Amino acid sequence: MTAITKKPENPTAHLTPEDVEQLGYELDRIRQDVLDSRGERDAAYIRRVVTVQRRLELGSRAVLLFSSLPPAWVLGTVGLSVAKILENMEIGHNVMHGQWDWMRDPKIHSTTWEWDNASTADGWKHSHNEVHHTYTNIVGKDNDLGYGIMRVDEDQRWHPMHLGQPLWNFLNACFFEYGIAAYDLELGRNLSVPKEKRSEEFATNLRKTLHKIRRQATKDYVVHPALSLPTGSFLSTLAANFTANLVRNLWSHSVIMCGHFPEGVETFERKAIPANETRGEWYLRQMLGSANISGSKAMHLMTGNLSHQIEHHLFPDLPSNRYAEVAPRVQALFEKYDLNYHSAPLVAQVGSAWHRVVRLSLPNGWLATTKPSNLPQQTAVLWKMVRGGSKVRRAAQARLEQQARRQAAAA
Amino acid sequence: MKDRFTSHSHDLILSDQQTRTMSIALPSGPARVTRGAAPTSRIGLRQRLRRVAEAAVTPLEIEDVLDVFSPLRRGAELRGRIVEVRPETAEAATLVIKPGKDWAGHEPGQYVRVGVDVDGVRLWRTYSLTHGPRADRCISITVKAIPDGVVSGYLVHRARPGQMIQLGQAQGDFVLPQPVPDKLLLVTAGSGITPVIGMLRNLFSRATPADLDIVLLHSALTRDSVIFGPELRGYAARGLLRLVELHSDVHGRLDVADLDQVVPDVADRLTYACGPVGLLDALATHHEERGLPLHLERFRPATIVVPEGEGGGTLTFADGGTVEADGTTPILDAAEGAGRIMPSGCRMGICMGCVLPLKEGAVRDLRNGALTVAVPGETGPGGVPIQTCISAAAGACSIDHAG
Repeated sequence: MTAITKKPENPTAHLTPEDVEQLGYELDRIRQDVLDSRGERDAAYIRRVVTVQRRLELGSRAVLLFSSLPPAWVLGTVGLSVAKILENMEIGHNVMHGQWDWMRDPKIHSTTWEWDNASTADGWKHSHNEVHHTYTNIVGKDNDLGYGIMRVDEDQRWHPMHLGQPLWNFLNACFFEYGIAAYDLELGRNLSVPKEKRSEEFATNLRKTLHKIRRQATKDYVVHPALSLPTGSFLSTLAANFTANLVRNLWSHSVIMCGHFPEGVETFERKAIPANETRGEWYLRQMLGSANISGSKAMHLMTGNLSHQIEHHLFPDLPSNRYAEVAPRVQALFEKYDLNYHSAPLVAQVGSAWHRVVRLSLPNGWLATTKPSNLPQQTAVLWKMVRGGSKVRRAAQARLEQQARRQAAAA
Repeated sequence: MKDRFTSHSHDLILSDQQTRTMSIALPSGPARVTRGAAPTSRIGLRQRLRRVAEAAVTPLEIEDVLDVFSPLRRGAELRGRIVEVRPETAEAATLVIKPGKDWAGHEPGQYVRVGVDVDGVRLWRTYSLTHGPRADRCISITVKAIPDGVVSGYLVHRARPGQMIQLGQAQGDFVLPQPVPDKLLLVTAGSGITPVIGMLRNLFSRATPADLDIVLLHSALTRDSVIFGPELRGYAARGLLRLVELHSDVHGRLDVADLDQVVPDVADRLTYACGPVGLLDALATHHEERGLPLHLERFRPATIVVPEGEGGGTLTFADGGTVEADGTTPILDAAEGAGRIMPSGCRMGICMGCVLPLKEGAVRDLRNGALTVAVPGETGPGGVPIQTCISAAAGACSIDHAG
């Protein structure tokens, strides 16, 4: 995908400024309707989810005390995986968004929740709530577009490192909780600064993150295995916990990829965003920059309702159990304003996201202009781009894009 | 005195949890773990076990885990389970509550902070305890539903046995001195009878009811709306006190100027009064002029809320500094404009990066006009968290932030 303003056909070109403001007004109405009806039923929902998750986690860990028995290992690992996923996604992510702050319960509040993840709540809240949700899909500002290690948009400049991005993506997926931690710390950028010049803030955040990692790792890989020593289950519990973390990492990574990476999700140029983006304009960007996953209620729960990514981006502070409810109204607005409501089943969305990762691991236009007949020459071009400096790359890139355009025009 | 200190430190822990931005496991348990002279090896083992348990449940705290199974246990945040809801009048009900094991007891006349989840929102109010300490260890409050009262309306009409509420430890110094003086004057009106009934029940429910010269001067709108009416008349019939009832529909309101007529020996009596602001202020003036001692229990004063479009208020910060804010500028902007460093994020209400505790006052959500009110001593000890980037002052406000 390329930024919306650079596309031959801008999907918002048909909207007047008045349309956009009217859209904003109608979305505000939906939000207010939810606020007006928010109450006991919603509070009961999150409390139930929290109770179920805690019982599931404790029960699974209890079962894993006997993990040397294969049935116990399987049962405990499945239970613990589900518990970790629920805690991170339906509970942690949403609580940290402030979706439940209205209850004034200090135990279920964005200012106090700490989640079962290697990254700290503070780090997550900054990079996710503040940066990602404000600058959603603006190339150059929203670091979620690739997390700094991949390119997911044509407007992100290609670098030889990107050739490996399917592998980086997979590794990131396996160890996603650490990936998030590094990402929240802006580790790459900060570590490239000489030690004496690094900011106080980074040093503090790094220390807190390392403490968090240590506590999490000690819990899963030392304490609970040790507690199962009496049944001779030390190693099997360790393996179980590692597996549960892995499952959570892979699942949450996949779901998160579905939010903004499937083909057809729009991105935006920094310079095309006005300094004082109106509420309507912000809503519009959220609508077009997000993608939903369609499926069962169970799937919605396991994705932490991020399957309703569009609704979540429109209303990040509304209780997650309400997204399914407002989705039909939101979809109706898409239709009314002739916009694309991006929604597809899980496998399709994950596949589409991975397709983008693989496609953009190569320079723009390379895939389009490569056929079996010219593969050796194209490979040579690619090799030159890898070995050459940025000037060589830019020149080769321009040539590739020109060829791709000619090819498209001729077709 | 020791109990009062315990209650204080418990509240501090609560406020820590509310305003901490990153939750770190609390150090080993409440202070009571090491009460008494326990042998060092036993303390060491307990602390070590506790640390292992903490390491096993992090980032949860052990308290969170135990809450799943036993919310009223010793060491938990103070809560209570409603055991009985007994209607007293058409608009008042007594709630008998079984408090958690850490309930430190109370003296008659004291009040308790109660946190109730009404339509999903935890709201705090204070109510007088209407029994002296009971044998069944339960406590009771008697609530009068005020018109448009969110919490009082819920407690009187919708609360059910089995429901859980949050509690604070007993507070207040509206208590009789020990030894109890022979002659007392109790002046109450409406729900002001509640702290006094606790005192009376405590005096008269003993094996030998206290033999004192008590005058109770009580005002209510009608005879039927006198809370505990039959009980009070019963005490009077038994000669335990002299009851003077004033029903506004028949007798008009109590005029403090008539006090000397109604109670000629008022100067010989220790006076305790609880009721509306007007009554208490008039009584205070009356007694001050005569140099007579007076104990008052004031119920919560109304928070001043400036109507929409009619201005804002003065913001007071934790370091004492103040900022004038109008009713249309976000508090974040107003404070930054005056040179304060304030936490912020998206500045559009979605990221919760600007949340600060409002300790007292009222603010209005600039997006939809919704009001948030904080009353000290009632709304949780840490204040009510608000988003400063989309809230404007709707009256004088006190915000817990320095710098």
